Amino acid sequence: MPKSNVVLVSVDSNSILKGARYFKNLFRQLVDEYNLSSFVDVLETGSFGVYRDGVIVAIYPEEVYYEVKNPDDVKKIVEEHLLKGRRAKELELDSALFTDKISVEAKKVSEETRVVLRNAGVIDPTNIDEYIARDGYMALAKVLNEMKPVEVVEIVKESGLRGRGGAGFPTGLKWEFTMKTEADQKYVICNADEGEPGTFKDRLIMEGDPHALIEAMTIAGYAVGATKGYIYIRGEYYGSVQNIQKAIEDAYEYGLLGENILGSGFTFHLAVRLGAGAYICGEETALMESIEGKAGRPRLKPPYPPVSGLYSKPTVINNVETFVNVPQIILKGADWFKSIGTENSPGTKVFSLCGNIVNRGIVEAPMGTTIRDLVYKYGGGIANGKELKMIQTGGTAGTFVGPDKLDTPLDFDSMKNYGVSLGSGVILVIDEDNCAVDVLKKAMEFFEHESCGKCTPCREGTKMLVRMLDEISKGRGKEEYIDAMKNIASTMLDSSFCGLGQSIPIPLNSMLDNFKEEFLAHINAKESPCGICKFEKPKKKLVRR
Amino acid sequence: MEKSVCKEHEKLYRELDEFIQEVEGDSSALIEVLHKAQQIFGHLPIEVQEHIAEKLNIPVSKVFGVVTFYSLFTMKPRGKYQIKICLGTACYVKGADKLMDRFKEELEIEEGEVTKDGLFSLHAVRCLGACSMAPVVMIGESDFYGRVTPDEVPKIIRNYKNRGGK
Ligand SMILES: Cc1cc2nc3c(=O)[nH]c(=O)nc-3n(C[C@H](O)[C@H](O)[C@H](O)COP(=O)(O)O)c2cc1C
Ligand code: SF4
Ligand code: FES
Ligand code: FES
Repeated sequence: MPKSNVVLVSVDSNSILKGARYFKNLFRQLVDEYNLSSFVDVLETGSFGVYRDGVIVAIYPEEVYYEVKNPDDVKKIVEEHLLKGRRAKELELDSALFTDKISVEAKKVSEETRVVLRNAGVIDPTNIDEYIARDGYMALAKVLNEMKPVEVVEIVKESGLRGRGGAGFPTGLKWEFTMKTEADQKYVICNADEGEPGTFKDRLIMEGDPHALIEAMTIAGYAVGATKGYIYIRGEYYGSVQNIQKAIEDAYEYGLLGENILGSGFTFHLAVRLGAGAYICGEETALMESIEGKAGRPRLKPPYPPVSGLYSKPTVINNVETFVNVPQIILKGADWFKSIGTENSPGTKVFSLCGNIVNRGIVEAPMGTTIRDLVYKYGGGIANGKELKMIQTGGTAGTFVGPDKLDTPLDFDSMKNYGVSLGSGVILVIDEDNCAVDVLKKAMEFFEHESCGKCTPCREGTKMLVRMLDEISKGRGKEEYIDAMKNIASTMLDSSFCGLGQSIPIPLNSMLDNFKEEFLAHINAKESPCGICKFEKPKKKLVRR
Repeated sequence: MEKSVCKEHEKLYRELDEFIQEVEGDSSALIEVLHKAQQIFGHLPIEVQEHIAEKLNIPVSKVFGVVTFYSLFTMKPRGKYQIKICLGTACYVKGADKLMDRFKEELEIEEGEVTKDGLFSLHAVRCLGACSMAPVVMIGESDFYGRVTPDEVPKIIRNYKNRGGK
């Protein structure tokens, strides 16, 4: 007998972040609790094409749309609509919204070029069969049956794929070095630490398409001769951990992980390791220390991981997004991959759009897409009719640029050619209501907090930068501070132990250069020019002197 | 080592020991064990660290070094409901600092403190990877609140108060 009600929960890649999957489970649980399960079905569906603050839920046959923001909303809908048969008015959305919008949204999605996100929001990520139905594990089968490891390395090299974790190192080369190093044991690691504020793409990829990552890592293992892999996930990403763990179990059950995969004689084991809240553990050698059960402080390089990585064995480490490109490259070829994006940066990039922008979320676009397209075409422009003030590209360690840089195409060369970094693909939009001094101070406070303390230039340098910015924000700054800060940053660039300290000049200098007037305005004013910084009187002692 | 622990604690230690046995022999297991221990005990007091050091046969100083390095580990008890406010950049430009102020005001505690009834504690955390919902508040391990305004704060607190100690 068909059930009388169907609850459709929109579980597309952006809704997952808003708790879509959690809400869906809660619907099921409550439907059970109220003994409604023989009348009501709870199903997942893709995007309804309307973005709201909450998760959108439709109830058929009435065709009522609700917006769910928290567990109480779910409860209300179950109790009111499903149990008592009356609409939960406060949560209801105007259904006219949907008939108009769906077409617009469908067009937007088709304009997106999806390689990495091709399955996210399309398949049920907890169901391995759905992944397999969309050519899942085909690349692995092809590699194991038809290709020698060296051929796999060749095609990845040929494709021009470069690391999506920030540095843009050619992935094929990394694999080649690891393949060529002789050792009794090698490892493959996926860097899913994703600590860069503003970045949330890896989380969505893992939650939306976990098997693509597992497949890619297994291919990497075969290519370089590794039999063991680890996925290092941020401890805060509870949802991702569960999804990935379930996916790994399913892959083992299907013989796609473990001994003698698909009868090829190749063995690969995969396990999850949890971070514990330290940004520095995203740095590859610190991450390895952490997997080894130690405090995550970076190691001296060289030797690099392909020579001596985890437990001093040759190790391939790549970002989530980097890996997920690989199965498609194997299936469709290096030339296909090179046909997307720009010459030096083939393929797509998953951008995280955030800050004061209308459509916040992730979008996959070809390398070389301009900031303008990301902000206005995909992002829908600046929120609340405000003026655009600046954009931070690339993450907290990325560049602050003004509206004059909107037409910069973003790829791995844009730092060199335009002084705009791609980094991890963050587009943080900052509107006129924010103050340059205040924003930079927050960014430097982040680094001060996350500095691991191993080396002096970074540990002390970040402290000094924060202190000077704090003085400026309180109306006690001096013009010399601007040069002094740049000096500190350049010392940090030259002498810091790892990429955290070394990258600080990028945000600092770009902000000081592009928004210098605002800093001077703070320094030369009697009263706070922006109203965000609260000026304080000079300390009493100083006045007396 | 003889410890005078009550029945309740004995059970908790037993649960921890079972987990340690599962990962036996894995020299990298320390962080996994600490995650588990914190899940069981709520925090990692020095006695628990000593216990782990003994079981894994490593110096207590190493355990202590790891516990203090990672911000997810805590030696102080936290509230039953840990309120984590993201102060990452994307949340900051969306007014996360005002949310923090409101929570402090409503709960009458400072950041890092626990309310007298033990129900809530307040924490500033870094980017939670949910920037499209900024500003973001996470309560416990799974309750996400996105695009929160300061005026919603009392309601959120009330929700958990109503659940009480359950
Ligand atoms: C301070 C610091 C933090 C980093 N955080 C991350 C991170 O969260 N995720 C990531 O993939 N790479 C991160 N990296 C880059 C890694 O060290 C490494 O370059 C990357 O994992 C290599 O993978 P890819 O070649 O696929 O990009 C970080 C680097 C530094 C210096
Ligand atoms: S640069 Fe900073 S984060 Fe890197 S090792 Fe030195 S103190 Fe640690
Ligand atoms: S931050 Fe703008 S006046 Fe200070
Ligand atoms: S900055 Fe708050 S979730 Fe990313």
